[in-house]
Amino acid sequence: MTKNGVGREIPNYIEGIGQLKPYDKPFSLIPDGYKAGAKLKRPLPHANKMVKSIEEAIIATGLRDGMTISFHHHFRNGDYVVNMVMNVIAKLGIKDLRIAPSSLSTCHAPLVDHIKNGIITSLETSGLREPLGTAISQGIMDKPVIIRSHGGRARAIESGEVKIDVAFLGVPACDNYGNANGFSGKSACGSLGYAKVDAKYADQVVLITDNIVEYPCLPASIDQSQVDYVVEIESIGDPKGIVSGVIRNTTNPKDLLIAENAVKAILASGYFKEGFSYQTGAAGASLAVTALLREKMIEQNIKGSFGLGGITAQLVQLLEEGLMKGLFDTQSFDLVAAESLGRNPKHIEVDAGFYANPHNSGSAVNSLDIVMLGALEIDTEFNVNVISKSDGVISQAAGGHPDTAAGANMSVILAPLIRSRIPIIVDKVTTVVTPGETIDVVVTDYGIAVNPLRQDLLEKFKKANLKLYTINELQEIAEKLTGKPDTIEFDDKIVGIVQYRDGTVIDVIKKVKK
Amino acid sequence: MVKLRRTMMYVTGNNPANVMDAHLYGSDSIMFDLEDSVSIKEKDSARFLVYNALKTMDYGGVETVVRINGLDTPFGRADLEAMVRAKPDIIRLPKAEKAEDVIEVDNIISEIEKNIGMEVGTTKMMAAVESPLGVINAYDIAKASKRLVAIAIGAEDFVTNMKTTRSPEGVELLLARSQLVLAARAAGIYALDTVYSNIKNDEGFIDEVKLIKQLGFDGKSVIHPRQIGLTHKIYTPTEKEINNAMRVVDAINEAEEKGSGVIALDGKMIDGPIVDRAYRVLELAKAAGVYMEDEQND
Repeated sequence: MTKNGVGREIPNYIEGIGQLKPYDKPFSLIPDGYKAGAKLKRPLPHANKMVKSIEEAIIATGLRDGMTISFHHHFRNGDYVVNMVMNVIAKLGIKDLRIAPSSLSTCHAPLVDHIKNGIITSLETSGLREPLGTAISQGIMDKPVIIRSHGGRARAIESGEVKIDVAFLGVPACDNYGNANGFSGKSACGSLGYAKVDAKYADQVVLITDNIVEYPCLPASIDQSQVDYVVEIESIGDPKGIVSGVIRNTTNPKDLLIAENAVKAILASGYFKEGFSYQTGAAGASLAVTALLREKMIEQNIKGSFGLGGITAQLVQLLEEGLMKGLFDTQSFDLVAAESLGRNPKHIEVDAGFYANPHNSGSAVNSLDIVMLGALEIDTEFNVNVISKSDGVISQAAGGHPDTAAGANMSVILAPLIRSRIPIIVDKVTTVVTPGETIDVVVTDYGIAVNPLRQDLLEKFKKANLKLYTINELQEIAEKLTGKPDTIEFDDKIVGIVQYRDGTVIDVIKKVKK
Repeated sequence: MVKLRRTMMYVTGNNPANVMDAHLYGSDSIMFDLEDSVSIKEKDSARFLVYNALKTMDYGGVETVVRINGLDTPFGRADLEAMVRAKPDIIRLPKAEKAEDVIEVDNIISEIEKNIGMEVGTTKMMAAVESPLGVINAYDIAKASKRLVAIAIGAEDFVTNMKTTRSPEGVELLLARSQLVLAARAAGIYALDTVYSNIKNDEGFIDEVKLIKQLGFDGKSVIHPRQIGLTHKIYTPTEKEINNAMRVVDAINEAEEKGSGVIALDGKMIDGPIVDRAYRVLELAKAAGVYMEDEQND
């Protein structure tokens, strides 16, 4: 056991995983080595990449027991690809697989059975939702799940830490030779930013589509030089689950209140100036921040440089109104964003490595000024948990949280002080995903707390007369209303390893007691 | 310091989440409702919840008001027994029609205050007028008790009694509103306007707030947090108004220093009403955060 940089006890070795390197500080690890690469091949001229079925594709790739396969999560909860591929693999009797999707959703419940049947014995992902997350928290796997951020996953693949044997990538538009994009077709999802990494580094790449278009499918996000097989099927996903078709503007008073507080902090921070860059999520309060910020940009005649990340209709509006010069899109959150990506040359598709890999020559998060982030729990050291619920069960995702928090000049957590009668600020978060050293400001409905490491911001906020509290004061306000929650009891068995973006271990997740 | 009552937000008394955080949205007052927004079956639980909330919550200095059920209902007396003990800033009586309605509540409050050893008169009151008879008796109601700090108009019942409906222009309420402000001013208490129920119609809401501000109301009853900012914006003085007010105050201060009795600004005499208006403008500006006292001489 070693105590890591956020005070968590990390085992030195785990059977089936190997040696663990404990997290120290956000940028203390200096990597060694070179980028990995995909296998060399010799396709013959005019060979046919089209295969008749997923089964035929799996057989053609030579997939066998013990290999690693990957998927992307651009279809979110509307995805059909993971379950279809895994069912065929089960039918073919292939087992003991490591699966390394960029993330998983509720719709991937059937994986529970594949784990129980020994088809999947190892799992690495950014996120897990119910019921899979619950099953894993209850200990159905022998080997712990590895949780990585989006940047961390790109790093792991690009460095060869995760070697993908076969990537099965659903694509909304594709030609018969493997050129594909995500912004056209009935299952349009917009950016294929996560899948692009897999396509570049996997030994074998299978594209699965419900929309074969005439050659060449241009512009191509994934191109023919990376793709081995193409399968056409009836449907790769449920459009309703893939992207929402409407611009969502919250009317929830609490979200709006938090957003108003956040905008006050942004205005006072000094980072809101000509050429600022900005990232936000798609939750209610974040969307409201973007809408309010837009008004301030117009009012004060300030134009930003780029918007990053999960791109929403709100950010597209900023681009189209000339309030942002460009958008870097790893993942499109709605149809407006998906459609804009295909049409607007200033709306640029970037892969997860460009977005957030800490070990390339400079990812987009490094140029970020302001990022709005969520939290399930925050502790008095500003460490943030975005993976496990208050009952200790894995139910969310690391996403780009640690990456953007580390990169941005100012990372802002937006959260209600109390969520469903549970205080959001705790003594120690159940699981550390993002280290407190990279979190600058916590904005709640009750007021704002600034990380004492950021005395500069604290001074600016004081000058602007913001309603400021220490993080402990916010905790006290909440606990006065709710009482102090009992600590969760865990078993000794480790069911999850949370990697920091550089591959060190920031925390482990233990099995929940029933 | 003048107490502002630009916005009084209604909070349904049996909704724990709202009762817990109503003060966060920035209204000048919050009004916990035990009356019309609480169904008959929920009367006890609402009373219990609001009582405990007032006893335990820190509302951060936001004025707390409880609207009780009328004494002609089976709940009014119990509401009073509980609420006087819970000590909100104000107890609001609904549907007042005559001075006696207010006096009756006043007497019961006094009795309870005595019973629990509280100084008699601590509990403040406001009354809502919601019927033609109430409007006619508005002045008598407004001066019926020393406890009264404000009267409000409730429009829904009133327009129904008047055999009409509410219009965007509010012509059907003009006389009643005017009479109410008149009564409040004559009695030296605050006047608050009725609610605007369509929370999606910002434009209509803004028009109505402009109208009632012009009529002289101190503020508006609001039913959703989004109406708070809209109201405060309208009640926020313009830069020009603030500058004028500051010059008036400077002139008064200067005259006082010199010991001169007559105050002049730009060749015009400044009299009492102008001074009062100037102070009120600065209070409103301070509340809106667009003016700070120590910046006055920057």
